[in-house]
This record gives sequence, C-alpha cells and structure tokens, in this order.
Amino acid sequence: MGGSSPCASCKLLRRRCAKDCIFAPYFPSDDPHKFAIVHKVFGASNVSKMLQELPVQQRADAVSSLVFEANARVRDPVYGCVGAISYLQNQVSQLQMQLAVAQTEILCIQMQQESALQQADKSFLLPTNHSLDSSISQYLNFTSSTNVIQDPAPLKRESLWT
Amino acid sequence: MNPGRCAACRHLRRKCPPDCIFIPHFPPNVPQLFVSVHRIYGASNVAKLLQQLPLHLRADAAESLCLEAQYRIEDPVYGCVGLISLLQQQILDAEKQLAKTRAEIAFLKSQAAQHPQAAALRGNLSDNAADLSFSDHHQSFCG
Repeated sequence: MGGSSPCASCKLLRRRCAKDCIFAPYFPSDDPHKFAIVHKVFGASNVSKMLQELPVQQRADAVSSLVFEANARVRDPVYGCVGAISYLQNQVSQLQMQLAVAQTEILCIQMQQESALQQADKSFLLPTNHSLDSSISQYLNFTSSTNVIQDPAPLKRESLWT
Repeated sequence: MNPGRCAACRHLRRKCPPDCIFIPHFPPNVPQLFVSVHRIYGASNVAKLLQQLPLHLRADAAESLCLEAQYRIEDPVYGCVGLISLLQQQILDAEKQLAKTRAEIAFLKSQAAQHPQAAALRGNLSDNAADLSFSDHHQSFCG
C-alpha cells in the first residue's frame, strides 16, 4: 500500500506530509503555484498559524482570500489589494454621482411636465368678459392642436382637471 | 536600551542599524503598525518586499501592507477581500439602478415628445402608472 503524495506545501517545503497536515486539504499537489504564491507573500508558518486559529469550516474561504491577496500583492507590489479597493471606491463614487444626476434629470422632466400641465390648465380658465361661445372655440382649438382631449363640454372639462 | 530603535527592531529585540529598512516606515511611537504587519506577513517577508522596491515607493508599500494586515486581523477569514466583494456588489447595484433610471428618462422624454399633454397628465396621475415597465421605481420616486 503506497502512501498518498505530499501536498503542494510539503513538496515545496521539502518535508514529510503528515496525515493531519493543515495545508493538505487546501493546497493539493496538482496546483503548486497556489501555495508558492501564498508562501512568498505571507510565509508558510504565518499561514499555518492563521488557519489553526480558525474553525475548520472557515479555512477554505480563508485560503481563497489569502491566495487572492497574495496574487494581488505579486501583481502590484506597492499597493496590492489596497489598489483594487481604491479603484472600486472611486467607481462607486462616480456611479453614485451619475445616479444623482440622472435622478435630478427625472425631477426636471417632471417639473417641466407639471409646468406644461399648469399652463394648459390656465388656458382653460374662462375670462369674465368673454362670451361662452368664444371660450368654447378657444378650447376646441386647443384640444384639436394637441389631439388629446376631444370633449368640448366645459363642465366635463372642469372635472378632468380637478 | 537604545531609544533610537525603530518599532520593528524594538519588537524584534535587536539592534537597529542606521540603514535599517524599517526605520522610515515604522517609527517607535506607533508600535502597533509593525506588530500587525509582523503578525500577518512576518518581518523578513516585509523586509524582502520593501527591498525589491525603489526608495520612493516604499512608504506607499509599507502603508498598504499595514492596511491589509489590519483588515486581516479584523476579519481573519476574508481580510480586505471582504471589502472588495462588498464594493463589487455596490457597483453592480448602482449600475443596475443607473440603467433603470436612464431608461425611465428616455421613456419620459419620448412620451413628452409625442404627447406633451398626455405626458403631463401621466405625470400628474402617477398612481395609474401600471402600464410603465418601471412602475416600481416610478412610484417610489413619485412618492
């Protein structure tokens, strides 16, 4: 019965891979780069300490985030993940600004529509020195140009706007 | 005890040479910075990393290492990656909201162009906006 192959960590560290090796579940031998990069940035003993302090069910996520951070640090030795955080925070700010501008534009459109509505409403008011006939013809001219309201009856007209 | 030692050499209990790589970035009056960085990365890894960088970039590198170490201490499972996930989600949500809002603007403008009075009426009778595809956003916006 042959022994199982050592995990990537023990291969790199050139040591015997114990049955209870803390790295074995997370650094399989077929992906040596994963442990190499984490070891380069954090060091094997620091990673081991960090994993030992965590419950077993959280270790896989911790390894994934350590690998992510290590990759970011190798790609950008000056800023690492902090560079990505700055970039994302900037994107969030820009999007929030664009959203505020767009929402203001909606408000403006609604205000314009409200104003158009009020102007249309005012044009329906009957001046006291005009005859009813001329008022009705004004109304008819208005509705025919907009092609919206076809009912010529002034009484019905009032009920639309109240 | 040498009062001139940097925080790193104090913590490591060693002599602090004049050309100590940690001196500019880990002053003795802020010992916690080096403690965090040493706990997560180890002093030798930090020294190696700083040595590989030109002098003018080392301060930023040391600062980002301190920040990441602090995130990792506060969140031992996700570290600063937790914040990155949160920001990515915020970006997705904001993009979605922005797309919805812009589509609504286009819709309102097209309505106003075709039927100005009808558009004004719809704006006034916002409770009857069920035919609009963004009725949720529209109603919440109109209040």
